[in-house]
Amino acid sequence: MNKINSIRKDWSLIETLIAQDRKILDIGCGDGGLMEQLENNRNAITHGIELNRDLAANAIARGFNVIHGNAELDLSQYSNNSFDYVILSQTLQAMMKPKDILSELLRIGSKAIVSFPNFGHWKIRLQLLISGKMPVTESLPYTWYDTPNIHFFTIKDFLNLCNEMNIVIEKSIGLTSKGKQFDISESVTGVNFFTHEAIFLLSYKNFEPIKIKSSKKVFAKNSVIAN
Amino acid sequence: MNTKFTTDTKLESEIAYFENINLKLESGDIINSFKLAFKTYGKLNTDKTNAILVCHALTGDQYVAGNNPITGREGWWSRMVGPNKPIDTNKFFVICSNVLGGCAGSTGPKELQNDSDVAYGGNFPSITIKDMVKAQSLLIESLNIEKLFSVIGGSMGAMQALQWAIDFPDKILNIIHIAGALKHSAQNIAFHEVGRQAIMSDPIWKNGKYFENNEVPERGLSVARMIAHITYLSENAMHRKFGRKLQSRDIISFGFDADFQVESYLRYQGKSFVERFDANSYLYLTRAMDYFDHDETFRKNIEFSHNPNNHLKYLIVSFTSDWLFPTIESKIIVNQLNSLSREVSFLEIDTDKGHDSFLLEEPQLDDVIKGFLTNNFAKIDE
Repeated sequence: MNKINSIRKDWSLIETLIAQDRKILDIGCGDGGLMEQLENNRNAITHGIELNRDLAANAIARGFNVIHGNAELDLSQYSNNSFDYVILSQTLQAMMKPKDILSELLRIGSKAIVSFPNFGHWKIRLQLLISGKMPVTESLPYTWYDTPNIHFFTIKDFLNLCNEMNIVIEKSIGLTSKGKQFDISESVTGVNFFTHEAIFLLSYKNFEPIKIKSSKKVFAKNSVIAN
Repeated sequence: MNTKFTTDTKLESEIAYFENINLKLESGDIINSFKLAFKTYGKLNTDKTNAILVCHALTGDQYVAGNNPITGREGWWSRMVGPNKPIDTNKFFVICSNVLGGCAGSTGPKELQNDSDVAYGGNFPSITIKDMVKAQSLLIESLNIEKLFSVIGGSMGAMQALQWAIDFPDKILNIIHIAGALKHSAQNIAFHEVGRQAIMSDPIWKNGKYFENNEVPERGLSVARMIAHITYLSENAMHRKFGRKLQSRDIISFGFDADFQVESYLRYQGKSFVERFDANSYLYLTRAMDYFDHDETFRKNIEFSHNPNNHLKYLIVSFTSDWLFPTIESKIIVNQLNSLSREVSFLEIDTDKGHDSFLLEEPQLDDVIKGFLTNNFAKIDE
């Protein structure tokens, strides 16, 4: 799959995870392609953040609510539980502090959708094993010295982190390098080996937002109710 | 409300008279009657949904597009407003009024006091941004427009747009806020104070009564303009434009003539400003900007407004080289709106042209304004 097709495929899978009429924050929204798709097909209310100035300008000119900014600095301004879904498509590996970002996603959103290329894919393992050099693949097409991807991780790493952070994986979709789709949670062996790209729908364990209703407004406060 | 409309042929401007209206100002003072000079462009549609109010900056006026009879030049934002321009007058009905306290036909220190043949001068009451917006809202009401599609402004115009969002959210759908802030900073107040001191220490100013002898405190006003003009540019833009180039000479004069082009340019800016702007008006309007402060109150005002304001959309734009209203000031507004889950877009445009960028050639500014207006208008038009 080339990069464009891969992103399109990613988007259409993300769409399947999202219910109708929800409020969505797309982090790294580019010129608003996914936002447009979700507004059209899911009647979503969308907001976006984009680091690249020209892409952000395009998205705004196309009529989307987009903040030109840096997710690693600017997510703190959003209130707890202010979105139904927060989407981070293909960018977790480029974040300075992926763990902090993950907890921010689930603070802002009731649910988070995270997709990433799997560094545990057999082609990558094989490249490193045989050539002894940092792998360059279709989904990770950069040389080591000019890659935006600074944190490489595998599906297994990701699952371990979720477990450590008490994050519940509600759904997980894997894609092989040929674009074949499967349910990661149902496949037992070799998932980490064959998954080219992974998409996760996440939420917090026992997260129960407390909503205080007044005559006009609903105030939502966060609270993780421990067992 | 009993509003009289006339056309001032000399000013090529519409004038709205609000008589015996007892406009209560933020200072507590009351203006019994006042007038606003305004221009409109384009046509109001039958549903009256396409009206846009453009708010001018400190030294602007109602001549946003077309010819300005006072200067004999094009309107101050004619690159932005007009047929097929980003604020497209084929589609939108654009209104621009000279602010209360201004000097292009609206009631201000230059105009005659109620029922007398003496100008206000220093007797004019102190004006705030809130007062300007209140006066504008009366104008909009008397034009029988219930809801403005958008309020747009840069600098002092951005302050007015923000004030609209606070005071009359039910009468607008969105605002475009360019190169502004929640407050006028200490540095900005400081620059204004230097400008005001320049005017007030001109012996011709005479406590604001210079008009009694048909005089103008030219020196003071032009120095004020020269200082202010520096703050509207950036070091890089000045260097690019002038460097150390000499003006009409090959060698320096070892004197205090305008040896350098930048000096000559500033002197010209000062001189031409004196011909079109009233010194007292400059004092009052700079003061209005100084008093603008929603630093503590903006978020509360938006969150707990009596008027519903959830529907409002905001476009906030800043410029990288604007050191008068730097990006951080815009981001504070964006942060507060985002923390309230409001529909806000923000762009920082990369340019070396400083605070004045919003008046100059900036294609990305055109794109976002045009796109924001067109797409949001399409949504209400459905």
